[in-house]
Amino acid sequence: MLLSKNQLRDNVAGYLFVAPMLLGSAVLILFPIVASFILSMTDWNFVTGLAGANFVGLDNFAALFSDSVFLKGLTNNFILLLVVPIGLFLSLILAVVINKGVYFKDTFKVIYFMPYISSTVAIALVFQVLFHPTQGPINQTLMALGIENVPGWIASTDWALVSVMLIIIWTQIGFQVILYIAALQNIPPQLYEAAEVDGASMWYKFKNITVPLVTPTTFLLLIQGIVSTFKVFDLIIVLTEGGPANSSTIPVLYMYQQAFEELKTGYASAISVILFLILVVITFLQWMGQKKWVNY
Amino acid sequence: MESAFKRIHWPKLLATILFAIVGLIFIMPFLWMISASFKLESDVLKFPIEWIPSTWNAVENYNEVWFGAKSFALYYWNSIKISVFTTIVSSVFSCFAAYAFAKINFKGRDLLFLVVLSTYMIPPQAIVIPQYLIYSSSGLIDSHLGLILLNSFSAFGTFMLRQFFVSVHDEVIESARMDGAGHIRTFFSIALPLIKPAIATYAILRFIWTWNDYQNPLIFLRSDSLYTIQIGIKQFADAHGSIFSLMMAAAVSAIVPLLIVFIIGQKQVIEGIALGGVKG
Repeated sequence: MLLSKNQLRDNVAGYLFVAPMLLGSAVLILFPIVASFILSMTDWNFVTGLAGANFVGLDNFAALFSDSVFLKGLTNNFILLLVVPIGLFLSLILAVVINKGVYFKDTFKVIYFMPYISSTVAIALVFQVLFHPTQGPINQTLMALGIENVPGWIASTDWALVSVMLIIIWTQIGFQVILYIAALQNIPPQLYEAAEVDGASMWYKFKNITVPLVTPTTFLLLIQGIVSTFKVFDLIIVLTEGGPANSSTIPVLYMYQQAFEELKTGYASAISVILFLILVVITFLQWMGQKKWVNY
Repeated sequence: MESAFKRIHWPKLLATILFAIVGLIFIMPFLWMISASFKLESDVLKFPIEWIPSTWNAVENYNEVWFGAKSFALYYWNSIKISVFTTIVSSVFSCFAAYAFAKINFKGRDLLFLVVLSTYMIPPQAIVIPQYLIYSSSGLIDSHLGLILLNSFSAFGTFMLRQFFVSVHDEVIESARMDGAGHIRTFFSIALPLIKPAIATYAILRFIWTWNDYQNPLIFLRSDSLYTIQIGIKQFADAHGSIFSLMMAAAVSAIVPLLIVFIIGQKQVIEGIALGGVKG
């Protein structure tokens, strides 16, 4: 009897404590994701109002897969994934040196972390000027170094996406370095000492101790990096607006444009559903892969 | 003297110098931005780059940004208000939920925790259209309250703080309960003080993320008088698009205060990031 009274009290307290969080999440996150799926099967647009909406089944999805801008965006997004391995490679090297090889370790952490916490909008505006094709400081420097065919950066269909990628790598490195340093500090120093006794070279130690022992972090950063490329909205909308000629568009940007500029609610919802499904698949792979090839 | 000299590890010193140079190149965009914001417009794109302006125009540039047609003072106030309230509300909700999920043994706890965790997987972009519809039918569009609520239910915060509550020993909680303290009192007087550093970390991260958020204010705010600093600089850039010195003064105004917050709280931020392995 006493026990059940206590249990009742625990139940009431528990529900009261989690209620705000749960209610808020249900209304603002869980209900909307269900609604996205429903909306994606209608031809509703903001202009006609709810009365004018019709159920169209999978028509929006069929239309998307013959929409050249959407397909271009999807392709771009897959090219964008290249920033992940490149960034991770650079970050691991930086982390190894910062962790053991330099003085003023904390100062270096702060320096490399600065772009990550800076306003993306402000960064995009700064790079708009830096990447200016004729008068920007970057191209002026390249020309002064004797390079004649300087890239057109954000003004060129060939280089716009590359410019976006360079900025992403620059902003993400700090985050990755911090996580790698944390991982490196968990490697038992005895492992290195033992290898040194055997006369192992630095490269050998890096390849056979450091790299395998940071795989959990590499895996985490890989997945997070992949997921984050599907969300690069602020940077692209300010820097290039997806241009020139859709050369740097990605699905999330196209979704925004379709929803809030073209007011095609149903069609845009179909894009967000596809985005969601892609991310679910990635999360699932993460869950599977974690068991398979991460060395703990 | 000699021993102090010996203690310097030469390869390490060399690597430090090399890394200082690499670091300098790495933050060159920031240095260029600051330098350009002090210049006359005609000097901004001069080459070779004048890192220290030959003619200073700083007062005029910043005056135009802060007190010109688009007033940064107002955008700033809006950003501070939204970031502070979002941080407080979100921390409070997450703390309560985290404590219950860690330390109260109630029915259905694990299932409910899974529900909260599952929201972490949902990208904000996949739900923004329904959110917009909910907001426009309930009058929350174009209001700071709406924007604050939008970021107040954080699965990440709940998950992270729960980890810390879990690490508080059960005996500590139980002995308080034995003395007759209810859950509310145990939470406020025992558990909460023990995880203060973790709350500080989460609060700083949430503040930075909210401050830098561009997408939500862009979609959910309509009136110029409600705009945040991120929308403000974009507006400013659209209005003065070809005047680079003013654009850079605006960019500095948006970035530097947050850099100061970061440098003050760097330990918490960096530890928090390392701990949670998160991306906002």
